[in-house]
Formats: sequence, C-alpha cells, structure tokens
Amino acid sequence: MLKTFGSFVLFLRGMVTRTERFSVLWNRTIDEAILIGVDSIVIVSIVSAFIGAVTCVQIAYNLTNPLIPQSTIGYMVREMTILELAPTITSIVLAGKVGSSIAGGLGTMRITEQVSALEVMGINSTSYLVLPRILAALLMFPLLVILAMLLSILGGYLAGTLTGVMTAQDYIEGIRTDFIPYNIVFALIKAVVFAFLVSGISAFKGYYTTGGALEVGAASTGAVTNSIIAILIADFALAALLL
Amino acid sequence: MIEVSNIEKSFDGTPVLKGISCVFETGKCNMLLGGSGTGKSVLLQCIVGLMKPDIGSITFDGTVYTNSKIDIRQEIRRKIGMLFQGSALFDSMTVAQNVEFPLQMLTPEMTPEERRDRVEFCLKRVGLENAGNKMPAEISGGMKKRVGIARAIAPQCTYLFCDEPNSGLDPATSTKIDNLIYEITHEYDITTVIVTHDMNSVIEIGEHIIFLHQGKKLWDGTKEEILNAKVPELREFIFSSSLVRAAKRVDDETEGGMAAFAEESESGGGI
Repeated sequence: MLKTFGSFVLFLRGMVTRTERFSVLWNRTIDEAILIGVDSIVIVSIVSAFIGAVTCVQIAYNLTNPLIPQSTIGYMVREMTILELAPTITSIVLAGKVGSSIAGGLGTMRITEQVSALEVMGINSTSYLVLPRILAALLMFPLLVILAMLLSILGGYLAGTLTGVMTAQDYIEGIRTDFIPYNIVFALIKAVVFAFLVSGISAFKGYYTTGGALEVGAASTGAVTNSIIAILIADFALAALLL
Repeated sequence: MIEVSNIEKSFDGTPVLKGISCVFETGKCNMLLGGSGTGKSVLLQCIVGLMKPDIGSITFDGTVYTNSKIDIRQEIRRKIGMLFQGSALFDSMTVAQNVEFPLQMLTPEMTPEERRDRVEFCLKRVGLENAGNKMPAEISGGMKKRVGIARAIAPQCTYLFCDEPNSGLDPATSTKIDNLIYEITHEYDITTVIVTHDMNSVIEIGEHIIFLHQGKKLWDGTKEEILNAKVPELREFIFSSSLVRAAKRVDDETEGGMAAFAEESESGGGI
C-alpha cells in the first residue's frame, strides 16, 4: 500500500519534471478536454436531470407534515444537489466513463509499445500522455459539475411541477431560500479534488499495465473501483474539513 | 559506433545478461542473433535506455549513455530511431501523422511545409506514398513495419534499432523489409542494430553478427564466417533450420557455393 503510494508520488513527480513545450501541452490538453468534457455532456446531463427529478419526488413523498411548507422541497433539492449529488455522483459517473477510458487507453499504449516508442524518441511519456489528461480533467470536472447542478435543479422543477406534487412558485421560492454562496465554492473544490483523483489514479493504473489484453481490462476495472473509493473517502474528508 | 561494455542485467535475482561486451559498427547492419529467451531484446532495451543495466556502460560515438545526465541521454535519444516488434504505431494517428510525429516533437524549428515534405519523402522511400491517409488498423503487418521504418528515419536518425523486424511476416515481405533496412543503413550511413532469430535475415543483410546464448556473447563475425563457426551452441542454432543445412551441404559440395549464395542475396536475389 505504502509502496504503491510512493510509486504514485514518483509518477506524478516524473510528469512535471521534464514537461514538453507549452504549445504541445496546450494542444494535447484541449484534445483531452474534448474527450473528457464534451463527450461526457450527454451522460452527465441525463444522470443529473433524473437525479434531481427523483430527489424532488422522493422528498415530496416523505414530507407529509402540513406544517412544513412545500417550498422546503425546492430548498432540500438545491442543498442536496449542490453539496453532494452534483459533485459526487457526477464524479462517480465520470470515474466510470473517463477513468476506464484513461486506464484502457494508456494500458493499450503500454502493451503495444507505444509508450516505449515515445520514450525512445526522447519524449517524457508521462508528461506527454498523463499531464494533459489530468489538466483536462481539472478543467472539465468543475464545468460538468456546474452543468449537473443546473440540470438537477431543473429536473427537480420539472418533476415537481409536472407530477403535481408542488407548484412552480413553491419550488422557485425554495431554491432561493437561505442560499449560501460558499456551498458552490465547496462543490467546486470537491470537483477539482475528485478530478485529480479520478484522472491520476486511472492514469497510474493504465500507465503501469503489464501483460496483455486481459490486464488492460483489469487495469480499467481497477481504475474505476479505486477512483470511486478514493472519491468517497475524499468526500468525507472534505466535508469534515471544509464545512 | 556503439560500444557496449560488460553489461549485466538481472530480474528478481535471475541473471539475463551476463557481462556482454560488443561493438556495433557505423554504416553496417549489426545483428544480435540468438534463440528465444537469450536476452537479445533485453540487451536492445538496455542500449536504447528503456531498461537500466545493473553493471556496465554503453557509449554512443564516444559519449557515455548509461548513468549520464538526463540532458545527455535526451540528446542521444533524439538521434535514435527504433522499429518495434509490433511496429508500435500510434493508433489514433494516420500513417502520415505517425511519421510526422517525431518531427513535430523533436524539430520545432521545421515549418509545417518542411515537415510535410519530409513525411512525403520518407513515405515514398519506404514505398507507401499513397497510404498517408490510412489509419494503422487499415494496413497490413508489412506496411506497418514500413511505416515504423519511415517514422524511425524521419528525424534523420544516426542509430536505427530494429526488434525482430520480420516477426509475423511472410518470407517475401520479410525479404523486402530486410532489404529496406539494409538500403537505408548504407544510404544514410546509420549504425543499425537488428535483433533477430531469423537465419534468412542474417544471410540476407547481416554484416556484423553477434550471437548470444543464455545471456552471454559466444561469437561475433560476418555472415560469411558464421557457417564455419566452431561454437557448438551457434552451430546447433544455425543448423536447426533445414534450409541452412541444405545450403551448407551445397556449400561443402561446391567449395564456396555458400559465398555465392550470400553474394546473390546481397544483390537482392533473396533466399
């Protein structure tokens, strides 16, 4: 465990010690941002809209006390979405989609000697292959989390109003009640931390793949499971430290 | 010229290379010959810097490569071209982009037009001028090897390393690849090192042959000398092929027929 952590730290150090030219790094980061960010918009949109909708309906189902105003549903959807569901669920979804893609891609490059080809050319393969992926994740995860927040709240609105559990006016009143801007900052800090964990762990698992196709599959699976565990641990740690 | 001096390498306490010393001469096709598991590829990886030897040194044209500063190692690496066993083409790039890649990374001073011209030249040199827009998945194994060669020579390398360039290819394609490597070596006066266990290649293009057995260098010499070598392990290795046995028989019967055979293959006649 300690040895793996040490290897991970050395892996990250190697990535930033001899970086490629800025123009190369920039172009690679933009390419990866498209793969990580733009290509994930659909899945993040679907998941977050439905989570918002389900959250709204289930809170309404549980709030049967007539003394509690209906606007509380909107308030709770907003709080749950911003503090937990948008950053954490989005990151877990991205761990599955992006993490497996990073680990699988790098693992395949490793076993087909493409990584060795880069090294022989005198190119720092971690800097060329891994750094842009991590930078792209750090850039795109917060944007996707912001999108998830908006769509979750919108999903809650549509579910609440279309199913008739509450009025649009109550919902809007709820999502505007006692708003704390720091919660947004907290969610974005979580998104950045989760982005680093997902991209870093997945790249590490993929980069050090040895063997054949079977091991690439195992590296992808390991990347996803380890990323999700890391997200949950970091989620608790950040909540305890920053709230 | 590449000088390898007393290289040793072990994995988990098991020695793979046991004090190998040899010289790879400039402008020649140097061949590392040996059976599977004799340490040829490990030696090649130590030379190109993909593995670090436990003991020993490697010198490229007088510059020590092993244990030198990263800047010196980078400088030497940029003069190295390598053809991998599986070609190692970048899947996400077209054939032309694969060839252009080292130019983009290593020679930023080149303009896009200069790079395009160089890519066209290299692809034409390996006979793939019409395959530039194809993806690696769309071309055959032999074409992939040729793209690998084009990518290796694109930045005008000084040293060319080929790890089993004929693996998985039919005899006719193998001969074409061998001849291409031979021509390029002489055309650009490159120090070429070829890892192989294919005797056809040795007879075809081998100019300086080093035989490895169980991690040790047992013999080195020319292809003309190899058939009369007295090392039992080498004789066992060479004459395990019925084709070479037959060639040797002809050689013995005709007194020098093998030399003519080698000359014929050198002139492109093939085996």
